[in-house]
Amino acid sequence: MEVYIAGKGIISAIGLNVEETLQSLKAGKSGIGTQTNLTGRRDSNLPTGEIALSNAELASMAGLSADYSRTALLSMIAAKDALADADINIKGLKCGFISATTVGGMDKTEKFMASFIRDGEVKDIGRILYHDSGAITELVAEALGIKHFVSTISTACSSSANAIMYASRLIKTGVLDMAIAGGTDAMSLFTLSGFNALMILDENYCTPYDDNRKGLNLGEGAGYVVLVSEKVAGKLSKAPAVKLTGYANANDAFHQTASSPEGKGNYLAMQGALKMSGLEISAIDYINLHGTGTANNDLSEGMAIQRIFGERVPKSSSTKAFTGHTLGACGGIEAIFSMMAIEQKMIFPNLRLKTPMKELGFVPVTELMEGVEVKNVLSNSFGFGGNCSSLIFSKVN
Amino acid sequence: MEELMATLKKEIFEQLNLQHVKPEDIAYDQPLFVEGLGLDSIDALELIVLLQQKYGIKLANPAEGPKIFYSIKTMAEYITAHKKQ
Amino acid sequence: MGTDKAISGYVQIKGGRVMYNNSLFFEMPDAEPVVFFNDIYKALNINYPKFFKMDNLCKVVFLAVEVLLKDVSLRDKYKPEETGIVFSNANSSLDTDIRYFQSSLEAPSPALFVYTLPNVAIGELCIRHGIKGETACFVFDIFDALFQAWYADTLLETCGIKACISGWADFYDGKFEAFFYLVETGSDNLSIKHNSENIDKLYNQVWKN
Repeated sequence: MEVYIAGKGIISAIGLNVEETLQSLKAGKSGIGTQTNLTGRRDSNLPTGEIALSNAELASMAGLSADYSRTALLSMIAAKDALADADINIKGLKCGFISATTVGGMDKTEKFMASFIRDGEVKDIGRILYHDSGAITELVAEALGIKHFVSTISTACSSSANAIMYASRLIKTGVLDMAIAGGTDAMSLFTLSGFNALMILDENYCTPYDDNRKGLNLGEGAGYVVLVSEKVAGKLSKAPAVKLTGYANANDAFHQTASSPEGKGNYLAMQGALKMSGLEISAIDYINLHGTGTANNDLSEGMAIQRIFGERVPKSSSTKAFTGHTLGACGGIEAIFSMMAIEQKMIFPNLRLKTPMKELGFVPVTELMEGVEVKNVLSNSFGFGGNCSSLIFSKVN
Repeated sequence: MEELMATLKKEIFEQLNLQHVKPEDIAYDQPLFVEGLGLDSIDALELIVLLQQKYGIKLANPAEGPKIFYSIKTMAEYITAHKKQ
Repeated sequence: MGTDKAISGYVQIKGGRVMYNNSLFFEMPDAEPVVFFNDIYKALNINYPKFFKMDNLCKVVFLAVEVLLKDVSLRDKYKPEETGIVFSNANSSLDTDIRYFQSSLEAPSPALFVYTLPNVAIGELCIRHGIKGETACFVFDIFDALFQAWYADTLLETCGIKACISGWADFYDGKFEAFFYLVETGSDNLSIKHNSENIDKLYNQVWKN
């Protein structure tokens, strides 16, 4: 039983839709910059991958009220685009919406808490009705007209990779015919101050896989794919070009927030996904790295990749220097970058990499490569709590 | 110095919520990490917060941590040398 | 397929009691959570200083699974990648989210921020018991036995998992509960088959003295 990808929708600091995103990736145009939406705190001076639109502008794109959390607005914009891209009539199909997030409606909660602490009274309780992570998924599912199956996943930075994996299982076991799966996260002071407290934020623009990397930049966005069963795929107006052929999740069992030096969990996740796909390691043409830009992640991931691929490491790049680390959304966003690599025959560059890491025998791609035959892509997402996931996307022959 | 070390010990126990050891069991020159108190990297970050909150010292580079936080004594020495007058 | 999967143990922490496989392991009515948790820790007679650093959700999860695995060592019986976890709850990490938010107004605490993700509780279990297979964390309104059974079965049937800890734990605003069971393949003891009816029965069991 194969699971195909019929559509994709994305919004991030490098574009409000798939087309804009592709143009930025081709032009090497990074979305990292100065924060404008969150102000007034010392953490708000840090560079981030912010989407340059206000909540009101996003709300009008989403067709939702601007009172909803930014996380919900981003989710709706990308999920709606994904569904439109698939050009599919969901009537009569068992359709699911599996969405991942780590902050949920924290942006709204923060604003509410600020006035609540100041004034000591609840002014408008309606404002926090959609703050929790699950409510955001429900809200968007309802707006999309999906009632059959709705679920929220929260496993840190691997959340949306796990959402895609979970959706695929639901389709394979016949619970669903199709599912929109991915993730969403908006910028909040909560995450910004937290990551800053962990001292893993770069005060300048992040440089993943560089020997002098200083940490990550946070980003915001949403990315969703439409997964369909073989049967549904056969009836679509536009034949799917990509299928999901492998996935696995493993736990690093080392530390709450740090990866083990040898990347044991990373290794197990990649190995498991490869095993499931049945592909030889030489069949992988591109790895979309988790590559956050922290000293710890890039080293552990790099070591695990070397352990699997030896001296024949495929072409690779981290796209987080474009978007920032979008946390609960990054697995969905990078699933789309992986699909784009296959569809566009391109490998997108690992921006700002100047000095290769001395511990590793491979160097990610630093210039855009065009006209490359990309048949199989491995996409990594590794999260706090040791939660490691890898997905494999393959070209449909 | 003695006084600073005593205060520091109290503050460390509070900040890190140490319950499995008693303050009197920890000598000022005993290593805090790994074999000593068994502290980890998150504890090191909490100690950075402590330095900033209580002593106004900003430690920008966590890589300096292991040397400064080796023991209560090394921490006290660092505070004495860097404390804002 | 599916007939050889059996629940080999279960634990419930609720209402001042810790019940393990149909018997009372520990009891302390009307105690403050921190006192209650510390005393269960003492009753287990273990030495794991990391316990004291955990947030309340992690503590209740850790203690429940510590009781669940007190007579069985997953490390000895299985390879690390043959063990997995399916965890769900209603309030995610909300209790600690609020604490962290309060700390962040003055001095953001890294030790608190670490626990503002529900799946960190799974991470703590993995570290303690050497679990390196698939783990998953979900948020539901109420305990869903059907889901727990389905997801654990999926791991056991398709992911090379041979032993899975499945359960539910919540801590919010001083109120808490935990329920976990261990399901194994190829177990000799098939007295409790792994299905949603049995899970529901164990979860809703009314304990007699």
